[in-house]
Amino acid sequence: MNMREITYRQALNEALAEELARDPNVFLMGEEVAEYNGAYKVSQGLLERFGPKRIIDTPISENGFAGLGVGAAMVGLRPIIEFMTFSFSLVAFDQVVNNAPNMLTMSGGQFNIPIVFRGPNGPAHQLGATHSHATECLYANVPGLKICTPATPRDAKGLLKTAVRDNNPVLVLESELLYSSKGMIEPPHVELLIPLGKAEVKREGSDVTIVCYAQTVPLALRVAEQLEEENISAEVLDLRSIKPLDEEAIYKSVAKTHRVVVAEQDRPYCGVGAEICYRIQKNIFDELDAPVARVSQEDVPMPYNERLEHAVLPNAEKLVAAVKKVCYA
Amino acid sequence: MQPPEERDEVEMLWLMLLIRRFEERASQQYQSQKIGGFCHLYIGQEAVVAGAIAATRRDDYIITAYRDHAHALARGTSANACMAELFGKDTGCSRGLGGSMHFFDKEHHMYGGHAIVGAHVPLACGLAFACKYRNEDRVTLCFFGDGAINQGAFHEALNLAALYKLPVIFICENNLFAMGTSVERSTSLKQIIQRAEGYDIPACIVDGMNFRAVRDKLAEVIASVRKEPHPAFVEARTYRYRGHSMSDPASYRTKEQLEKYRLDDPITRLRAQLTREGTLTNEKFDELDKEAKRAALDSVKFAEESNEPPLAKLYDYTYAP
Repeated sequence: MNMREITYRQALNEALAEELARDPNVFLMGEEVAEYNGAYKVSQGLLERFGPKRIIDTPISENGFAGLGVGAAMVGLRPIIEFMTFSFSLVAFDQVVNNAPNMLTMSGGQFNIPIVFRGPNGPAHQLGATHSHATECLYANVPGLKICTPATPRDAKGLLKTAVRDNNPVLVLESELLYSSKGMIEPPHVELLIPLGKAEVKREGSDVTIVCYAQTVPLALRVAEQLEEENISAEVLDLRSIKPLDEEAIYKSVAKTHRVVVAEQDRPYCGVGAEICYRIQKNIFDELDAPVARVSQEDVPMPYNERLEHAVLPNAEKLVAAVKKVCYA
Repeated sequence: MQPPEERDEVEMLWLMLLIRRFEERASQQYQSQKIGGFCHLYIGQEAVVAGAIAATRRDDYIITAYRDHAHALARGTSANACMAELFGKDTGCSRGLGGSMHFFDKEHHMYGGHAIVGAHVPLACGLAFACKYRNEDRVTLCFFGDGAINQGAFHEALNLAALYKLPVIFICENNLFAMGTSVERSTSLKQIIQRAEGYDIPACIVDGMNFRAVRDKLAEVIASVRKEPHPAFVEARTYRYRGHSMSDPASYRTKEQLEKYRLDDPITRLRAQLTREGTLTNEKFDELDKEAKRAALDSVKFAEESNEPPLAKLYDYTYAP
């Protein structure tokens, strides 16, 4: 098979185009998705190909169009709702948290909601407090939602396609900083579906496991390279989905390395890493040779200043220090 | 274009009686602590849902807020399934998992039962969007109270409906109070329909205590929407005899006001119209009422005897396969 290199943005675009072509019930709706071709150009060319009936520009009304999507999903359409950023999904929190995931239970199993909410999530670069939210820990707390966090073009395409076909509300948390990143992927004619809830070892190692997802995957890979020079062999485990969580993959890696650092892009208090640490100590305590460490954002609203922003983010210095700490190096 | 079924007025009077007797039983059962949580009664507003339903086709979509028992009954959900839902039983219209505020009935195109004020108005746009997307000539009826018109979701939804020309009819059941706060104290406009006019949506006011007025106005509006998809807005002026919920003594309004509306009772009015015209005798009315009371009473027995949802299925409805 001839693998090829494309960007994360192109990969998402291919996934959208393929799913729109496959299923007439799929439509894409959001701010600037049609005529502007997407704020981040993820929906480039889709209006031209699929027309205004299926690629739909909205006013700046996240609560309204997210709710419209939920209603349309009640009667069997499969909406893909783009949030220009998941920071704006907070305006639609009621629809994403109260309506989409509750409907199946509230209706006694009558109405499932096959909807995808997607868009960039997490801090980008100097966007300040309101535009830098990493929302995965907020949504992970909600039963009925599924959440995936692709870090590579291949995962972006495969996970988004799977999300569109899932019969539940799925959040595809993309990353602004990754849109232009490149990676190898199967040729277009290969149907690429990556299951939700399956992690992937992005780099094999033997001394320590770095559990990561989304933006912390490239960070962990960079740090692993650096550590290699210091004779620390780090395994990089990309969760790919936050919910469902691939616990088995985590335990397998930890049973091999016995030391863990969770590198998460959200904030520490009730963050994704807190849940992972709990599960590790509960289920494979005896495998641990050191307490589990976490690297996350600092527990402050995101400052605009570049130097301070860097200090808030989970960065290479913090991750190296955490790895050395659990390795007693 | 398929026309609405002719709904017999006596049948619709029976529906209004059923709603009233059902709600009275629900109130009694709530006081006996057989029903938990919140319980919002519709008594006094029956002509709105009955009139609206009489003007729709059975395959049109209905969605409403939390004061939803009547809408399910009007759609054809059995009194048994409704009462069982209030009792939290497996035989309930939402299998005992939804409760009073979350009645759903897919078979009868009843899309809830939504308890966050205003949050279902965008969902109604989605239902209507799907109809238009599929080139169907169904309409969506979206009911809500006067309290919802001050929620952001409501405004966003109206704008979207107008922008996309969605076949949705927004029906504001104005019972004068958003919980315990009067319209004058909660809404900046003098007329509620100005909200719709602000979004270029045609709007009208109808006497919500008069079954025929509601039905005839809705029939006209629905025909227009069905012919060429567009949103419409109807304010039905009505009154609830009870408090906002079972725990509300409604001390924010006067006895005189309540009595004034009771004299204008929608059931009494339709009964008088039909009797005057010779289509209903007193005997027939008594028979209908007796039947409604029996159906309500039977529903309590059915609910009592039904099983609770099995504990083993607790996790079965979180995710669809």
